[in-house]
Parts: sequence; structure tokens; C-alpha cells
Amino acid sequence: MNQANKLLMLIVVFGLIALAPMLITQESLLNIVIMTLYAALLGQAWNILGGYGGQVSFGHAAYFGTGAYAVAVLQVQFGINPWLGLVVGGFAAAAVGAFIGFCTFRYGLRGSYFALVTLAFAEVLRILSNSVDFTGAGVGLLIPLERSAANFQFASKEGFFWVIWAMTFAAFLTVWKIGNSRFGAQLMAVRDNEDAARALGVDAFRVKMGAIMLSGFFAGLAGVFYAQYFLYLDPHIAYGAAISVESLLVPIIGGMGTLFGPLLGAAFLHGLSELSRAVIGDAPGISLVLYGVLLVVMVLFVPRGLAGLASHLRSGKPAESRVEEGKGHA
Amino acid sequence: MPDSAIIIPSVLNGLTTGGLYALVALGLTLIYGVLHIINFAHGALLMLGLYAVYFLNVQFGIDPYLALLIVPPAMFALGYALQRGIIGRASHGRDENILLVTLGLSIIIENLSLYFFRSDTRTVDTPYSFDVVEIFGAFLPYPKVVAFVGALVTAALLWLLMSHTDLGRAIRALAKERKGAQLVGINADHVFAMSFGLGVACLGVAACLLLPSYYVNPQVGGGFVLIAFTIVVLGGMGSFVGALIGGLIIGVVEALGGLFLGESLGQIGIFLIFILVLIFRPNGLFGAKA
Repeated sequence: MNQANKLLMLIVVFGLIALAPMLITQESLLNIVIMTLYAALLGQAWNILGGYGGQVSFGHAAYFGTGAYAVAVLQVQFGINPWLGLVVGGFAAAAVGAFIGFCTFRYGLRGSYFALVTLAFAEVLRILSNSVDFTGAGVGLLIPLERSAANFQFASKEGFFWVIWAMTFAAFLTVWKIGNSRFGAQLMAVRDNEDAARALGVDAFRVKMGAIMLSGFFAGLAGVFYAQYFLYLDPHIAYGAAISVESLLVPIIGGMGTLFGPLLGAAFLHGLSELSRAVIGDAPGISLVLYGVLLVVMVLFVPRGLAGLASHLRSGKPAESRVEEGKGHA
Repeated sequence: MPDSAIIIPSVLNGLTTGGLYALVALGLTLIYGVLHIINFAHGALLMLGLYAVYFLNVQFGIDPYLALLIVPPAMFALGYALQRGIIGRASHGRDENILLVTLGLSIIIENLSLYFFRSDTRTVDTPYSFDVVEIFGAFLPYPKVVAFVGALVTAALLWLLMSHTDLGRAIRALAKERKGAQLVGINADHVFAMSFGLGVACLGVAACLLLPSYYVNPQVGGGFVLIAFTIVVLGGMGSFVGALIGGLIIGVVEALGGLFLGESLGQIGIFLIFILVLIFRPNGLFGAKA
């Protein structure tokens, strides 16, 4: 698919998704669509850094939690409107990305080392938010219920649908633009072979910084949405490992470094967990066991994800893996 | 500022906790040193070991220290099978893939445990659970002192195994020069799996020594994962002595952090050390070469 076709397909897909509130009248079903879009947003955020940039992060909760806490703290402690909090949350998360990126890329951390340090940063933030008063410490923050669109609290699910639809569409358009730009070409060159990219004059540090800030921004938006949708946050939700795992699982299942991968991955994951709930019931842990099995199976047998599988089936050529010839260790 | 009457017991207590941490980190550093992979499922496997010790005690009345004869060999077999069957096939040339697969394994193990064992926190009752030993005026729990000695003995045994046996020589040869080792007839897949099994067996030892003074629930491993990574990174990946010293340092830092900053904020010291060491001294404080 060339870039123009991809854009066309993107618009068609999101246009079809936009029909959901008209076709779906049940709130619980619309909720599934909303949570799928939200997962796609989180996964696309991770995909910018991990899929296109090759920097596998185990700590995307750091950005998600920062966005979520930004909007919640501004509202609860300072009475600032959450729509302003949305902007602040996105940029605060991007700033956290800039800080983590500066600390790690500056010193050339790669591969597993980068992954572990991002995890440690998320843990530091979790402990901090668990210890200071203005985040509500371990008790968490309850955002007061005041249903109105001006207050980013919609009376029906449809309002939330349009917000998450717009955020996710924006993230996907941004990633389409990345795939179509000089910045994106440089980012993918750094992913495929950083030394070679630098030898050709790519400023690897600057490119990776750009990717981690964009990635943090969109993960922060997902956090803002989460806070407004559920109106409750605590350190474990905001900065816990579950968010970090979800954000990497979605693009890995859907296809890392592909435009539509996160959407495929999010739809697949949510479809699967609804299915497992219907078949097995709500046993604790079972849907997460499925997630773990999926992660192992995808990395072992389908390293290019569902999107890779699809293009392989379409072309009929063997699905050679771009990760096959990577350099060994960090 | 607390005076020495509080600080000295706190440091000693931190040292014994550090011994436990070192025990967990020994297996991780062995696996890293040989296979150059980071086993993210380490905490989950420790949790499985703890459950094994727990059920042996509750169902069959086997003392946790006696379980040292049963649990480590069983964990060795599990580790061997995991490496041979799953982890060894996952890399596709990128070490992050191993990290992802072991993350997947830890999610599977933890949630299966949650399903089968429920989230209750369980402890064992032993006659010595609440015994104390007096050292330098500080009263230390007897099980923690045993675990501390156990960590030293385990490290010594690992060192002997690596330096004085054929298996140890094969492991070191593979770690240094894979192709060369294979050329002289070393079966790489087998020896890699042996190393992984040994690393997981260390967790079995840790589980036996840990449970009398600790508890088990499906989430218990998570707390150990980053601590063990920190120790391994601090001590230099692959170094047994480094893991021991790193473990003791982390134990003391945690104890003093808790004393000065409070229980919640105290843990932060560990992660800050981890980040700083990885950024500035990625080969560890005692790491040999770049």
C-alpha cells in the first residue's frame, strides 16, 4: 500500500468507526468500542517509540499516569477546567518523555537496558505519587461528579466516544505522517541500524528524542481520557505495570511499526477478552493468562504481528522478519 | 537524626534482608552472564518456588529447610524445560524479544497462580519462625540469619561449579565464545538450558530459605524483580561476588531509606540507584570491562 492509499484507508476506517454511536444503542456495547479505541491510542503511542523507533519501553505508564494525574490534580486541587487539563496533561507527559529520553539516549542505553530503565522510572513515579499529598497518596484522587460537556464529563457514553475517537484519529494521522516524512525515515533507519544511520548523518539522539516526546504526548492523552472516563485514580492504576503491559501488548499483537497494527491489536485483544468472559466467565486472572499466552505466541511465531500476517497472506510471499538480522545484545 | 542505637540494628537488619535479595539475584546474574538474556519471569518463578515450599509444608509437613532437597531440583527441571522449549527459540536476533517472552511467561504464571491459589497471602508456621539471634546488640530473626548464611554458601557453591567442573567450563566457554565452544563439541542448546535451570534452581533455594520469614501470594514475585535487576546491574551482570555485595548494599539502602524517609518513600532509593548505575556505570560498580 502506498502512502496515499493508506491515508484513504485510514479515513475510511475511522469514518466507519464514527458510525458506531448511530448503530449501537446499547451503552455497554458502546463502552467496548470506546475502550478499544482507547487501547488503540495507548498502543499507537507505544508504537511510535517502540515500533517505528525500535526502543522497547516497559514503562509507558510513566506518561499515561502523568497525563491522568495532571488533569485530576489540576481539577481537584486547583479547580482548573479539565479541557485545559487535557492540554497540560499531554504536554506534561511529553515533558516526562523528554526527561527520560534525555537521561537514557544521552548515555546510549539500548535494548533491554532501555526497557528496564523505563520500567524503573515508572516505578519511581508510582512511589512518588504514593507518597506526596497533592496526588492523594495511596488513597488516590476522586474527581467530583459534575456532568456537563464543558466539564469533560458527558451524561451519555456518546460524548466520551467522540473525544476518544478524535484523540485516536489524531494519533493515527500523526503516525501516518511519520511514515511519510523525513523524520520517520530517519527514525526507522535508527531502528534498523543505529550505527549505519549515524554514519549517514542522522542525528540519532535528536530523532529518538522526538519519538519519545510524541509517544509520551499521546500516552498522556490516553491517561487524561482514562481519568475523565472513570473519575478515579490511584498510584497503582496510573503508574502500575498493567498499563505498561497493555500499551506494548496492543502493537506487538497487531504489528509493530505498522500504521494499522495498534487498531488490529486493540480490536483483537478486546474481542478476545469479551469472548473469554462469555465462555469462561469472570474468573480472576484468566483473561490475563490469555494475554500472556498471546504475547509469547506472537513473539515466538508471528514477530510481525497481525498486520504482518495479513500482508503475508495477501502477497503470498514468505513473511520475512525485519527483526531477523538485528544486532545481538545492547 | 536517629542515633547509633537505632542505626546499627537497622543496618544489620538490612544486611540480612540483603542476603535474601542476593540469593534471588544470584540466579538472575548466572542466567545473564551466560545467556546474555534478562529473565523477566524471575520473580514469577520465585513465587512458584515459594508455593511449592508452602504446599510441601502444609500438605506433607515437610520443613522448609528440608524442602531444599526437593524444590531446587524441581525448579531446575522447570527452568531447563522453559529455556529449551520456549525462551531459547524466541530471540529472532533481538534481546528485547526474550524480555517480552519472559514478560509473557511471568504474566501467565502469576495469573494462573491467582486463578488456582487465589490472592490470599499465606505463611508457614515453623518452630523457629520467631526465634531471634543476638549480634552486636541487635536482635535479628533466626530465619533471616540462616538465609544470609545460605546466600553465602550458594554463592560459594556456584563459584565452585563454574570454576571446577566440566559443566562450569562449558558454560564459561559458551558465554565467552559461542561458535568456538560449539566447534569443540559443546552442545550449546543443552548447556544454555542447564545454565537457565541452574539459575532457576537458585530461586528454589531462595524460596526454601525465604518462606520461614516471609509470605507468599501470587504477586509476591513482582517486588523482587526490579530489586534483583538492580542488584545484578549494581554488581556487574554475571558476577556472583558482585551479586552478593550488590544485594547487601541494596538491603542496607532499603533499611536506611525506610528509617529516614518512611516506609513508602524509602523504596525509591533502590530505583534511583538502578537508574543511575545503568546510566553512568552500565557494567556495574565492579564490572571488569566496557
